[in-house]
Amino acid sequence: MTTVDIKPFQIAIPQADLDDLFDRLSRIRWPDELPGVGWDYGVTLDAARALVETWRTSYDWRTLESRLNEYPQFTTTIDGQNIHLLHVRSPEPDALPLILTHGWPMSIVEFLDVIGPLTDPRTHGGDPADAFHLVIPSLPGFGFSGPTTEPGWNRYRIAAAWAELMSRLGYGRYGAHGNDTGSIVTPELGRLAHTQVVGVHVTQVFSFPSGDPAEFDGLTEDDYGRLAFLQDFDQNRSAFNKLQSTQPQTLAFALHDSPVGQLAWSTQLFRDEVPADYILDNVTLYWLTRTAASSARVYWEDAHAEPRPDPTTTPTGVAVFADDFRSIRIFANRDHKNIISWNEYDRGGHFAATQAPDLLTADLRGFFRLVR
Amino acid sequence: MPQFVTVIDGQDIHFLHVRSPEPDALALILTHGWPSSPVEFLKVIGPLTDPRAHGGDPADAFHVVVPSLPGYGFSTPMQPGWGNLFRVAQAWSELMSRLGYDRYGAQGTDAGSGVAGMLAMVATDRVVGVHLTGTVATMPLGPALEVDGMSEADRARAERFNEYQADGLGYLHLQATRPQTLAYSLADSPVGQLAWIVEKFHEWTDPAAARPEDAVDRDQLLTNVSISWFRGAGPSSAHATYEGLQVWRAMAAQESGWGGEGEAEHAGPPTGVAVFAADTTIRSVMDPSGAIAHWSEFDTGGHFPAMEVPDLLAGDIRAFFRSLRQSANSAASPREIA
Repeated sequence: MTTVDIKPFQIAIPQADLDDLFDRLSRIRWPDELPGVGWDYGVTLDAARALVETWRTSYDWRTLESRLNEYPQFTTTIDGQNIHLLHVRSPEPDALPLILTHGWPMSIVEFLDVIGPLTDPRTHGGDPADAFHLVIPSLPGFGFSGPTTEPGWNRYRIAAAWAELMSRLGYGRYGAHGNDTGSIVTPELGRLAHTQVVGVHVTQVFSFPSGDPAEFDGLTEDDYGRLAFLQDFDQNRSAFNKLQSTQPQTLAFALHDSPVGQLAWSTQLFRDEVPADYILDNVTLYWLTRTAASSARVYWEDAHAEPRPDPTTTPTGVAVFADDFRSIRIFANRDHKNIISWNEYDRGGHFAATQAPDLLTADLRGFFRLVR
Repeated sequence: MPQFVTVIDGQDIHFLHVRSPEPDALALILTHGWPSSPVEFLKVIGPLTDPRAHGGDPADAFHVVVPSLPGYGFSTPMQPGWGNLFRVAQAWSELMSRLGYDRYGAQGTDAGSGVAGMLAMVATDRVVGVHLTGTVATMPLGPALEVDGMSEADRARAERFNEYQADGLGYLHLQATRPQTLAYSLADSPVGQLAWIVEKFHEWTDPAAARPEDAVDRDQLLTNVSISWFRGAGPSSAHATYEGLQVWRAMAAQESGWGGEGEAEHAGPPTGVAVFAADTTIRSVMDPSGAIAHWSEFDTGGHFPAMEVPDLLAGDIRAFFRSLRQSANSAASPREIA
C-alpha cells in the first residue's frame, strides 16, 4: 500500500463514546453567573443550559452520522497527516471541481446545506452549466482528519496539502472556496497552485490597516464602520484567538475533559446566530474526534508562520454577508491584485453556508461563471 | 491556624489571622494575587509571626492577617463589583479596623500588590509601609517597552516582559473580556482548572526550575488548585479580573496610574519592592524618580516568592519594616525617605 492511497471512509462512533458524553452531560458542575450582565462576560448560563438540555435529551448524533455517511467519504495521508474528505461528484459531466474549506469552530458540517445545489443545480432550480464536483476536506487537526501530530500545519502547509489532494483526485483544473480559516487557506492555494486554480472565492478577506496613514485616505464612512466592528471584535471578542495563537494547550485539558467547556468555547462564536442543531453538530464532532487541542493549534501555527506578503494574483471573488466581519475593499485590493467579483448581501453572517445558502450558492455560481 | 469569615459591604471575606507570640509585633496584612489564595503564604507565616523560633530576631515579629481576595479561595462566591481592587483596599482597611489594628504594614503580590498600594492611599495614616512583590514591568495590556537605552540587565527584563506581552497574555485577554465562556471549563473539569493554574507556575516561576514542582512544593500547589476547584474560584476570579480591568480601563482613560505601582510618586507611606529572578520589574521604569528607598533584587525565585523562596521573602519583609516599626503614627519614616 502506498501513501497516496485514498481509502473509503464511513463514520461509526462507538456507542460507548456517546454513553460517556451523555454521562458527563448528566453531572455537569455549573459555574455561577453575575446577574444582569447578558453576553458581556461570555456565554450566558441560560444559553449554555438550554443547549445542554437539548444535547442531553433530544439531540441525536446518529442523525448527523447518517447524513454524512450518505456522501462518499475518504481518507488519505498527505505530508504525514491523515486527511478526511467528502467527495461529491456532480451528475453533470462537465462540472468544475471545487474544493470547499471550512473554518473554526466549524467543520465539514458548514457546507452540508449547499452540497445539493452546488453539485446538482438542475434539480435545485439552477443551470446545469453551473455544476461543481465538490471536495470538502476536514482541515488537519479538525474532525475526522484527526489531531495533527507534528508542528507546522499553518495556512501554507494546508494549502500545499490541498493541492496534493486535488492532484490525487485527478483534478488538474479547479476552483476553491473558503470561509473563516478557509478564507485564509484558500488564497494561498490559489497562489501555490496557480496553474490549476481557476478562481478563489472567499467570504472574508482578512486584510487590515498596515499602519501606513496614507491607506486611510480612500476610506469611506461605511469602511470606518467596518473598522469599528473590527476594533470591537479585537478588544472584546477575540480572546479565543489570542489564547489559541499563543497557548492553545493550556485550555485543551478542559475542553477534552468537559463537554460543556467545549460547548461554551465554541458557542462564544456561534452565539444565537445559528440553530441549536448546527452548534451541537459541530461541537459534538469536535468532542467525539478529540480535536479541541489540535483545532486550536491552527491559530498558533498560523501566528508563527513566516508570512508571504506579496499580493495574490489568482482571479478572486468575495462575498460579504451583513452580520459578518465585512471585508474592507481598499485593504483587500492591496493584498489581492485580481479581485474580479465583490458582492455584498443584506442578510447572512459568518456562517453563510447555513444562514444564507441560497445567496452563497448564487454567488459561487456567478463568480465561477466568470472563470470556468 | 485561626481562620475567620466576616461580611464587609455584603461580601464574605475569609482570612487567616495568626497572632505573634511577641507582644510588640507589628500587624501586617498580606494579599495574594491570581491564580492563588492565602495558601501562597503558608511557608512565611511561621517566620513572620515567630522569628524567635525560625532563626530570626523577635523584634521583627508580625501579627499577620491573610485575607482571600473576593472571588478567590474561601471569599466566594463574589458579589458584583468586587473585582475593583480599590473597593477591596477599602474592605481591607475596614477589616484591619475590626481586628483592632490602627497601625500596620501591607504586603501584596501580583494583584495583591495593587491592593496593598491602594490600601496605603485609603488608610494613609495607618499603613506604615507597603511591600510589593510579583509586580511586572508595566501595564500588561499597554504598549510594549522601548528597550533602547536600557542597561543590559534592564534590557533583559524588558525583553522578557515584551515576550510575555506578545505570547503570554491569552489568559488575561480571555479573563478580561469573556470570563464566563471560560467559566464552564473551569467549573466542570478539575484537570482544566489544574492546567489553567499550573501553566502560570511554569511560566512565572524561577527560570532555573524546569518544572512547576521544581519551583514550588507540589502539595502546596495542589492545595491551591483544590481550593479553587472546591470553591468555584476559577470562574469567579476570572470575573474579578474582568471587573478589575474594566476599572483599569476607566482609570487609563483618565490618564491615571496603573495598579499599586508608581504609588511611591504620591505622598504616603514608604514603599519597598522585592524583585525575583523571573520578574520583569525594572527599577528605572517603575520608579524613575527614585522615590522607592527599599529595592531588593534576588537572582532566584519568581512570581510566587512566598512559595518559591519563602526565606528570602520573609527576610526582605523583615528588613523593609525594621525601620518603620518605631515611627509612631507618622505616615512616612524620615530614615526610609533619606
